[in-house]
Amino acid sequence: MLAPAMAAAAILVLLPVLDTLWMSLHDVVLFRPRSRPFIGLENYTIALTDPVFWESLGNSLVWVICAVSLQFALGFTAALLLNRSFAWRGIARALIVVPWALPSVIIGLIWTWMLDFNLGVLNEIGVRLGILSASVPWLAQSSTAMGGVIVAIVWQGFPFFAVTLLAGLQAIPGELYEAASIDGAGPWGRFRHITLPGLAGVIATALLLRMIWVANSLDLILVMTGGGPGTATQTLPLHAFLTAWSGGNYGQGSALAVLLTLLLLGVVITYIWRSRER
Amino acid sequence: MKRLTRLIGTELPVAAILAFALLPWIWMMMSSFRPDAELTHSPIALWPHQLTLIHHIELLRRTNFIYNLRDSLVVASGAVALGMALALPAAYAFSRFRFRGRQVLRTQFLVINMFPVVMLILPLFVLMRDLGLLDTYFALIAGHATFTLPFAIWLLTSYVDGIPPELDQAAMIDGATRVQAMLLVVLPLAMPGVVAVGIYLFITSWNEYLFALMMTGRNVRTVTVALQLFIGENQIQWGLLMAGGTLVALPATILFLFAQRRLVGGLTGGAVKG
Repeated sequence: MLAPAMAAAAILVLLPVLDTLWMSLHDVVLFRPRSRPFIGLENYTIALTDPVFWESLGNSLVWVICAVSLQFALGFTAALLLNRSFAWRGIARALIVVPWALPSVIIGLIWTWMLDFNLGVLNEIGVRLGILSASVPWLAQSSTAMGGVIVAIVWQGFPFFAVTLLAGLQAIPGELYEAASIDGAGPWGRFRHITLPGLAGVIATALLLRMIWVANSLDLILVMTGGGPGTATQTLPLHAFLTAWSGGNYGQGSALAVLLTLLLLGVVITYIWRSRER
Repeated sequence: MKRLTRLIGTELPVAAILAFALLPWIWMMMSSFRPDAELTHSPIALWPHQLTLIHHIELLRRTNFIYNLRDSLVVASGAVALGMALALPAAYAFSRFRFRGRQVLRTQFLVINMFPVVMLILPLFVLMRDLGLLDTYFALIAGHATFTLPFAIWLLTSYVDGIPPELDQAAMIDGATRVQAMLLVVLPLAMPGVVAVGIYLFITSWNEYLFALMMTGRNVRTVTVALQLFIGENQIQWGLLMAGGTLVALPATILFLFAQRRLVGGLTGGAVKG
């Protein structure tokens, strides 16, 4: 019964992974399909000596750290609030997931439209409130472009944390809180000694999943800035994709994809190893 | 007094977060109903003076968008059918049989999730090209079904776990085969979960962009790719784009609101049982 699922996974996941490894060791260029000489690790040395690689890696770090921590902070706050009781809690819980259901392309379009220099509503609001002295070309200048795409991914991803952490909160038995109150624990004490330990597992899983997802995602940036201006928002997966897709250099792009995978694997293994230790 | 603390401490912050979650989406919908004169006037007015259906009508009449919608519908439905056909037997096996390597296999399906999409799509593009499958429904359906397989199996296993195995055994004593027990006894009982997973598969495929961008061309073009291509054509027509965004977002949002409770339940249920 497992056979069909395994066969599909083998053909569409395992085979491509091996193929990427193979391509990364060969000089594969799309417009020259017949000649694919073996070149050893040359694709890797080229990648690692290219300053663009290190720039992309730096961008990826900023992207992952900022996006995941902001998503988590906002999502956790939302989950704690939505776990309290108030009249319209049901509808609030339902509506908070809306950004999560939208395609990346549309999220990219919405935020590009709102951050537009001439017609963007955020510039207009900022100027009216006196926060901005003049319109800012958010996505068109290198100093603010990364901030712009991060806002968009935070918007897309925070409902994931809100929903999963809320489910985790609901699984904590209410008697624990009552017992702690009787023992004289204040709100902060209850949070530290009951909520946080009770959620630790869910938080760890959610953070890991989200980190992998954000580190790999490139469609939102591709739609909003294409990695630009210059290479200001080019993350590692985007660098790999553009090298292969627009540049036609599949060997080089594959080497970059392998490097990204190794990096992620390293992070995941350390993460699992450290959470086991604790 | 208690009411006031609840208002300030809970309801106002929730309202602020909800505003952050919903206002961009509302702004997109509102923009799609405003005439070009308002959309190209800088600075933009916060409140519309006039509402029009012109962008929606133009989108459906003058572009190929209606065909793109059809293609997305075919691909997403295909991905649901194929994904289910693959995931249901696998989930049943994971839930009912204790075999060697079961745990390893389950983790392996999760590891699939970890591979960067770029690592998979570059060779898949070459593979599909060599097989002559580029620009066909099949390439996209197969890709979407497989990429979503790990999560689908994970969720379905937790639903099937909730159905007592004694029921299958009773059916088999009465002469049913394993497959019949799965399809006639377990499947109907797991239906709510199956529907939720189906919706998840549908939305993921409907929303997917990168794979669709690479695998499709003239014959098959899904809505996400088509929308992005509107930008390329000379000056950006925001009205048209926002109308397209509104139409594409609608089915996914409605389905998601419909299924979210079960999806989250399955997600955390699976996480607890491990």
